[in-house]
Amino acid sequence: MAGAITVYGNKETAQRPKHITEPKYVQWILIAIALLFLGLVVLLPLVSVFVEGFRKGADLYFKGLTEPDTLSALKLTLIVAAIAVPLNTVFGVAAAWAISKFQFKGKNFLITLIDLPFAVSPVIAGLIYVLMFGAQGYFGPWLDDRGIQIVFAVPGIVLATIFVTVPFVARELIPLMQAQGVQQEEAAASLGAKGGSIFWRVTLPNIKWGLIYGIILCNARAMGEFGAVSVVSGHIRGQTNTLPLHVEILYNEYQFSASFAVASLLVMLAVITLIVKGIVEWKSGASHAGNH
Amino acid sequence: MKGSKARRALPGFGLSLGFTLFYISLIVLIPLAAVFFKTFELSWAELWSTITNPRVLASYRISFTTALWAGLINAVFGLLVAWVLVRYPFPGKRFIDSLVDIPFALPTAVAGIALTTIYAKTGWVGSLLEPLGIKVAYTQLGIIIALVFIGLPFVVRTVQPVLQDLEKETEEAAVMLGAYRRRTFFKVVLPELMPALLTGFALAFARGIGEYGSVVFISGNMPMRTEIAPLLIMTKLEQYDYAGATAIAAVMLTVSFILLLIINLLQWRMSRRAIPD
Repeated sequence: MAGAITVYGNKETAQRPKHITEPKYVQWILIAIALLFLGLVVLLPLVSVFVEGFRKGADLYFKGLTEPDTLSALKLTLIVAAIAVPLNTVFGVAAAWAISKFQFKGKNFLITLIDLPFAVSPVIAGLIYVLMFGAQGYFGPWLDDRGIQIVFAVPGIVLATIFVTVPFVARELIPLMQAQGVQQEEAAASLGAKGGSIFWRVTLPNIKWGLIYGIILCNARAMGEFGAVSVVSGHIRGQTNTLPLHVEILYNEYQFSASFAVASLLVMLAVITLIVKGIVEWKSGASHAGNH
Repeated sequence: MKGSKARRALPGFGLSLGFTLFYISLIVLIPLAAVFFKTFELSWAELWSTITNPRVLASYRISFTTALWAGLINAVFGLLVAWVLVRYPFPGKRFIDSLVDIPFALPTAVAGIALTTIYAKTGWVGSLLEPLGIKVAYTQLGIIIALVFIGLPFVVRTVQPVLQDLEKETEEAAVMLGAYRRRTFFKVVLPELMPALLTGFALAFARGIGEYGSVVFISGNMPMRTEIAPLLIMTKLEQYDYAGATAIAAVMLTVSFILLLIINLLQWRMSRRAIPD
């Protein structure tokens, strides 16, 4: 559910016969309203990030990007994504394999469970780990005795990020692999192929674009998560600050140029994500056309 | 086809399902269960007084009403955007289509500070609305704008594929039976789109209730007036009131689960309609 953008081919709009479409002037009015709405709600915020970042000049913009706290926030964001994304990718592939290639009871329930993190408020996603591993949490005293800190430290940030990004890869792969069925894998198995080579040689080439897309979305959310990470981070500059948290800190300190400069990095992440989405849609559309 | 034959033929069932269940339990189920265990540690009286505290009740009300309004606005404008993107040719359509996904891909904190800047008194849009007496930033209207931003792609992306697959023939038939365009839309097209529209609305609504990052900047966070429930959880945590935070969270989780159930039922019904067997 939430956050899942399903890949589907962009069908070109064929000219519809006159009697089942609106008059031209109605079309243009509707297009104008839609564009105005998107402009006010979506485009303007994007543009404003860069305008605000450069308002006090390019010097301050680049100074905001290169100060040590920003660089360490960038580093932490990359580390967190480098742990969370591969783990959730392995999970997504395993879950999609079990769900799409086999029949078992409670399958729909399992799919709902995988969706669960999308339905949970990010703040609650952070809270649950505080309840588990915080000083007053269930495992808090045990961890404390051993000198391990999870909450208000990097491990907590990693856990909360994994939680909010669990469904992304699985949600992309499950419908894709369900639609592809099991015939090709069964054929490979009957020819004597082992599990590993069935996956690498038969399944993976078929799901490669969906998988890339799922990973990209998972990564965008992992790098951009704010609420969940905000709860479990100690907000210690240079130590437990990710890029989105750093944006907040700078903003609350009225360092708007620096705040929007860091925010513009995250806008670029979003734009790159959508460009990859476009490429994946184009490639998967092309490979579909090639099959027919 | 996929029945028991497949189970015998393909390897990896035990391993993949086992790992899936292990991972989902460890990361999602056990930590979520902690919320309810912690809540049960409270007595009924304590729980009741926490969740019926006027400030808490106000935060629920604000979260629900703003998410509801944002969901309704998105249902109308999301349908319009999907309609225009599917049916009308116009230049720059690819670009506009990808704009719809921005709220999915943009970190919520960035959306929050950007929207606040635009809709504040001195901002590009806020300064135009100020003379009209409309205040957006630091009011409930601001929260609604942030939630409209967050929820838009849910409606557009659920309605779009259904609209794309809608058979021309149904509309043709309506025209032949003498229906006007507007009547065709309300009597023929809209009912077909309704399940998708409802699903999109429910997704946007569910996301809106829990949203935090984009809202906290623009809302101003005044208790009883613009303080949303997730923020109140955050505030209680910062005051080390874990029991209070958990009680509020338990109520929100219960609502989210019910919404998730409704959404899955809707989606299940939609897929049954799409693939007649």
